[in-house]
Amino acid sequence: MNEQTLFLIEKSIIVLVVFFGVMLVVALTTLVERRVAGFIQDRYGPNRVGPFGILQPAADGLKNFLKEETMPAAAAQPYFWLGPVISLAPALVTFAVVPFAAPLPIGESYVMQMIVADVPIGILYILALSSLGVYGIVMGGWASNNKFSFLGGLRASAQMVSYEVALGLAVVVVLLMAGNVTLTEMVWQQQQLHLWFAFPISLAFILFVISAFAETSRMPFDMPEAESELVGGFHTEYSGMKYAMYPMGEYSHMLTSSALMATLFFGGWDIPFWTGDNAFLFDGGWISGFTEAGVAIPAELAWWKTLLTFGAFAAKTYFFVIFYIWVRWTVPRFRYDQIMQLGWKVMLPVALAYVMVVAATILTLDQLGVPYGLGFGAVLTAVSAICTGFFLLVLDRGRTLFGAASGAHKRFRSETKAVSVTHGD
Amino acid sequence: MPPTVKVVRRPEGVRTSYLRATLKGMALTFKHMVNPNKVTLQYPEERPDLSPRWRGTHRMEVHADGRPKCVACGLCPTVCPSNCIRLVGGEDDQGNRYPIVYEIDEFRCIFCGMCQEVCPVEAIHVGVHFENAEYTRDRFVYDLDRLMEQDHPTALLWDPSDPRSE
Repeated sequence: MNEQTLFLIEKSIIVLVVFFGVMLVVALTTLVERRVAGFIQDRYGPNRVGPFGILQPAADGLKNFLKEETMPAAAAQPYFWLGPVISLAPALVTFAVVPFAAPLPIGESYVMQMIVADVPIGILYILALSSLGVYGIVMGGWASNNKFSFLGGLRASAQMVSYEVALGLAVVVVLLMAGNVTLTEMVWQQQQLHLWFAFPISLAFILFVISAFAETSRMPFDMPEAESELVGGFHTEYSGMKYAMYPMGEYSHMLTSSALMATLFFGGWDIPFWTGDNAFLFDGGWISGFTEAGVAIPAELAWWKTLLTFGAFAAKTYFFVIFYIWVRWTVPRFRYDQIMQLGWKVMLPVALAYVMVVAATILTLDQLGVPYGLGFGAVLTAVSAICTGFFLLVLDRGRTLFGAASGAHKRFRSETKAVSVTHGD
Repeated sequence: MPPTVKVVRRPEGVRTSYLRATLKGMALTFKHMVNPNKVTLQYPEERPDLSPRWRGTHRMEVHADGRPKCVACGLCPTVCPSNCIRLVGGEDDQGNRYPIVYEIDEFRCIFCGMCQEVCPVEAIHVGVHFENAEYTRDRFVYDLDRLMEQDHPTALLWDPSDPRSE
């Protein structure tokens, strides 16, 4: 077998495994969401179909297939059909560049990378594709020819575009730390730093989480859907499988951004406090680190290490998925103007300033000749902690986010007054 | 005196602390998430505890020989506020009155239990029972045979000397 056939077989296997794995987890997440929602509200949630309700997603899927697909008479047909597809596909495609385990050695000489495509543009590819998801929502909302859908689409376009900026800037900070845009290298850099990026660039992590919530339009940023205001928002007119693709897109988006949070800020598949799992393709060979003199140490790959690291990756990712759900069932929805205020008046300037701070700190450290390691990370952690503390303090003082009631006392005087009531004839 | 309207003063100078409130809320929801005491009743397996004074669908008491205890006195259709009881009385050879037709429209019934209260021979009762599903509407008019077949427990009457049934 020549190298090309081997490559084809390897990638086909990985693509299939990742695709079906992601779809399975997405289906399961719909159940987990409902179960967790139930638990939070002191209920059980769906627990009847199969053990613990495990087969509920299958039942839901079957139901959606059997449902009638309605087509609004005045809808713009092609776009109405395209909307769900466009919102689902990018969310799935983004997973391609996320490394989900340490490389798997097969036989004596062959090593299988646990990533669909280790493209050198990594994070740029993710940024480019994940923003496409919003077009699906906007398209669906506008094509429905329904005022509620239209409002949902309108909100989606405004909100997602505004938070895209902060998201991008938070990623820029990660790039400054990693010095590269490949996700495999980011994992490697976190292993080299002996510190997950969530600590040395904590504020970037917070900004990333907030923006990711807005990007996936989850609570408290679920403006496009806003079922209590806009009926169903952008998917008011959708039914059957076309509707089901929107939640599927939302959940895959959630899963992808959780995987990104885990990879960019929590070491990806790295197992903490253990260097035995480190592996990186360097000069054509797999290395686990460098000696003091800068000589590469060859990595010892093993199938059980792949399994363990996959477990670490899955645990980290699913923690964030649960976090998404947890937040959704805790926090009420923002007002639209508050979302815009938070996006443009807080997130954007803070992200910009933070990029400057981190860049300056890294430059200073480089000039002082501090080696890339724990000391390097410690200084950045201290700087970031100050920034984060300041950011949270300002946010907490309520100067940027306040309820409709605050300040009302300035406009209205309160009093007890007599009201004359005229009785009916 | 004319009615007054109280205008409630908003707390002054209070700014919403979004972050602290959110964290507090997350702690609260987490507490509920891990709380094993759920309020859901797993219905077909677990059954609710009904009060002994629960007033459900009716039941007619029968004598040992299978005749209904009803003497067709006509008190229950008279007292029934929703007029859901239809009674046609008859008399047998010995001069005993008995119901020829006794129908209760359970859709009209408001389950006040006054038929049970008024019955001089303790024949008609409301029952401690709630599973009444049927496939057709006309099945909800219970005739005499149907009422006699019911075997669920009967409701306890309210006792004025023991108002809280203790």
